[in-house]
Amino acid sequence: MNKLLKKSLLWPLTAVAAIGFLSMGCSSNGEFGSSSDAAEKVYVAPGEHDEFYGFFSGGYNGQLGVYGLPSGRHIFTIPVFSQAAVNGYGYSEETKAMLQTTDGFVPWGDAHHPELSQTDGETDGRWVFINENNTPRIARIGLDEFKTQEIIEIPNSAGNHASSFVTPNTEYVSAATRFSIPMKEDNLENMDVSIDSYKENFKGTISFIKVSDEGKMNIDFQIMMPGFNYDLSHAGKGPSDGWSFFTSYNSEEAHTMLEINASRNDKDYIAAINWKKAAEYAKEGKGKMIPGKHYRNYIDHEEGGIAKSEVIEEVRVLDPRKLEGIVYFLPTPKSPHGVDVDPTGQYIAAGGKLSTVIPVHSFEKMMTAIENKDFEGEDQGIPVLNYDSILHGEVENPGLGPLHTEFDGKGYAYTTAFISSEIVKWDIEKTEVVDRIDVYYSPGHLMIPGGDSRNPDGKYLVALNKITKDRYLPTGPEMFHSAQLIDISGDKMQLLLDFPTEGEPHYAQGITADKVKKRQKRFYEIDENNHPRAAKSEKATRVERDGNEVHVYMTTIRSHFAPDNIEGIKVGDEVYFHVTNLEQDWDVPHGFAMKGANNAELLIMPGETLTLKWEPKKEGVFPFYCTDFCSALHQEMQGYVRVSPENSDTPISYSTGQ
Amino acid sequence: MNTQILKIAGLIVITVTLLIGCGESSDSEKDSTDSQEEKQELTDFEMRNGIGPVDEEITIDEIDPELAKEGMRIFDMKCGACHKLDSRYVGPPLGGVMNARTPAYVMNMILNPEEMLAKHPVAKSIGSEYPTRMTNQQLTREKARAVVEYLAQESQ
Repeated sequence: MNKLLKKSLLWPLTAVAAIGFLSMGCSSNGEFGSSSDAAEKVYVAPGEHDEFYGFFSGGYNGQLGVYGLPSGRHIFTIPVFSQAAVNGYGYSEETKAMLQTTDGFVPWGDAHHPELSQTDGETDGRWVFINENNTPRIARIGLDEFKTQEIIEIPNSAGNHASSFVTPNTEYVSAATRFSIPMKEDNLENMDVSIDSYKENFKGTISFIKVSDEGKMNIDFQIMMPGFNYDLSHAGKGPSDGWSFFTSYNSEEAHTMLEINASRNDKDYIAAINWKKAAEYAKEGKGKMIPGKHYRNYIDHEEGGIAKSEVIEEVRVLDPRKLEGIVYFLPTPKSPHGVDVDPTGQYIAAGGKLSTVIPVHSFEKMMTAIENKDFEGEDQGIPVLNYDSILHGEVENPGLGPLHTEFDGKGYAYTTAFISSEIVKWDIEKTEVVDRIDVYYSPGHLMIPGGDSRNPDGKYLVALNKITKDRYLPTGPEMFHSAQLIDISGDKMQLLLDFPTEGEPHYAQGITADKVKKRQKRFYEIDENNHPRAAKSEKATRVERDGNEVHVYMTTIRSHFAPDNIEGIKVGDEVYFHVTNLEQDWDVPHGFAMKGANNAELLIMPGETLTLKWEPKKEGVFPFYCTDFCSALHQEMQGYVRVSPENSDTPISYSTGQ
Repeated sequence: MNTQILKIAGLIVITVTLLIGCGESSDSEKDSTDSQEEKQELTDFEMRNGIGPVDEEITIDEIDPELAKEGMRIFDMKCGACHKLDSRYVGPPLGGVMNARTPAYVMNMILNPEEMLAKHPVAKSIGSEYPTRMTNQQLTREKARAVVEYLAQESQ
């Protein structure tokens, strides 16, 4: 049956149906010796901690999920690109600016590929970066407080998919446009032209964003690219440090029915980018500055953790047709999706979605070919290397629909096969499959902690499956995506655990828990709270009117608000509650909810100040209360605001405990 | 007096169990349920100066006004939401506290409220009169010392 399928690429649908049918007929547990063996391996006793953190993108929920491994326990969700009612992220006055873009306030995002910061090619536990595909952006999340600290918009991009991948010392985080769009030759401005002028007008860009030691991001340069679709990426390491690799598909430059029209060529390309050379060109002032308005939103720790927006007007663009030696195309079979560099930095594996083999390029051969100008030609001014000259080998029989590869640091690679729902383990030197395991169902990415770094922890592998079907109790038409934990410590892979995930985890990253645990902030020191509207003691609490703006400077502590009786508010006022949590104890946030507010609650961490805006529309007395069960007297933690008619003369007054 | 303390201790045990549930380690639970034993465990020094990081006598002869001023600033920020000087609030009034307790006792109460409320008979007894348990406001030893200077000034 496999043979038959290989003969024609028109069979994948049939294959999905057939394999789905077969899988469902099998034991739903997968393959392992005994349930108790597997249970023991994933059991984390009450009160004990997991060995690894797992950071799973939330896909179309726009957030980042945090899981403990091997238990698979969902321990946190970090709001990133979507408003989060749970704590007021994107609703509170302090966080709104994080979601500002040149398209205005965008309350949602599609988050795909988290990537941990690295030092010397190893994960270091400082930050996680993650891309947003729909409104091209990259976020940086601080692992000291598990908060989004910065979001930068990517101009001249129309779908930021091949992102956010870091270089070995986090010098850069890279981005590339998934969708090409018509761009003017001289300034990359989007054009009002017919869509069928694709070949003539459409272009792509690849961006390199410089990351400072403190984490500040700025776009150092963009490289103008042919109008293909840029899909995934990984940076080189070791001998290939200084290079990054981006898959492209649609070298056919189709603009309609891509499933057919972008699948015609036998080979598309991996774009090999010499980013070190490009960075030198940029430093020398090569290329040119063009208009490229974009937002950089960041948490200002100097000013009370308030998010600020900065608008940057220009960006440097490099043209690889004019600047020699920064881009080469590596021919790669059949619309490659993933591109993954092994821990030694010598080999570059590609997941050709429609390919019957996994091609593995050799970095050394690539360099020799470049040196010898061993080109088979060029495509739109970019040299195309000779496939046979750069090939390390082809992995035969890798399953149907190979997508992504990670590594165990012991000489093996693991590739997901989407259509045949399996993971294949192969020997990197010999390019031979040595083991395979069924997963349920249709894996996209996979993750081994550190599995794309120089030093993987080759103990567990997580398959991030796209289809769930019958794995859990049914929940109507929609189901959480299924992840599966596989033991890769022995010769044979062993399925240990199924666990559900939120949204659609595309990629994930894992890291030894100790690297992150030691950085944890437990509260914010109230004495260092530099929010301009903080009330740092009950004595400082007050209510002030300024025209129709009313500012309430409020404090919370177990179990009361100060002030908790407020009068003199009028219909039509804009009331700002600046709530400072005076607690200094770990895990004692207070919530603040105001009846009739058209946003979300605030969840204020110990020592922090957050602001909720409320525009009362009716007269009467309205309660506010703490939403987070904070103490035995939490139910007593409440207050009242009296709202008088617009033209009344009720004076502002406030009190606590009188 | 002793039986009253025992009764109060019993009440506190119930409150502690209700409030803390399983959150505390089994060690401290054991300690707080066996008041006889723990009373014997407290040394004379601890009875006078409390249990916690301050394990030496602290004496205040003359008030250092600068230190007292810093103490007031910290008191307002970290303590004032629950304690007033002249009247009962969330916690007891502290205007005359230094006339009744040693500086080390007050510092240990600030720096180690969890253990003080669980083990020290005086802290337990006072604590039982208030529905809200004292929280740890993460003061440094230096800051707690400044607060005590301020309270000593106010107790004069």
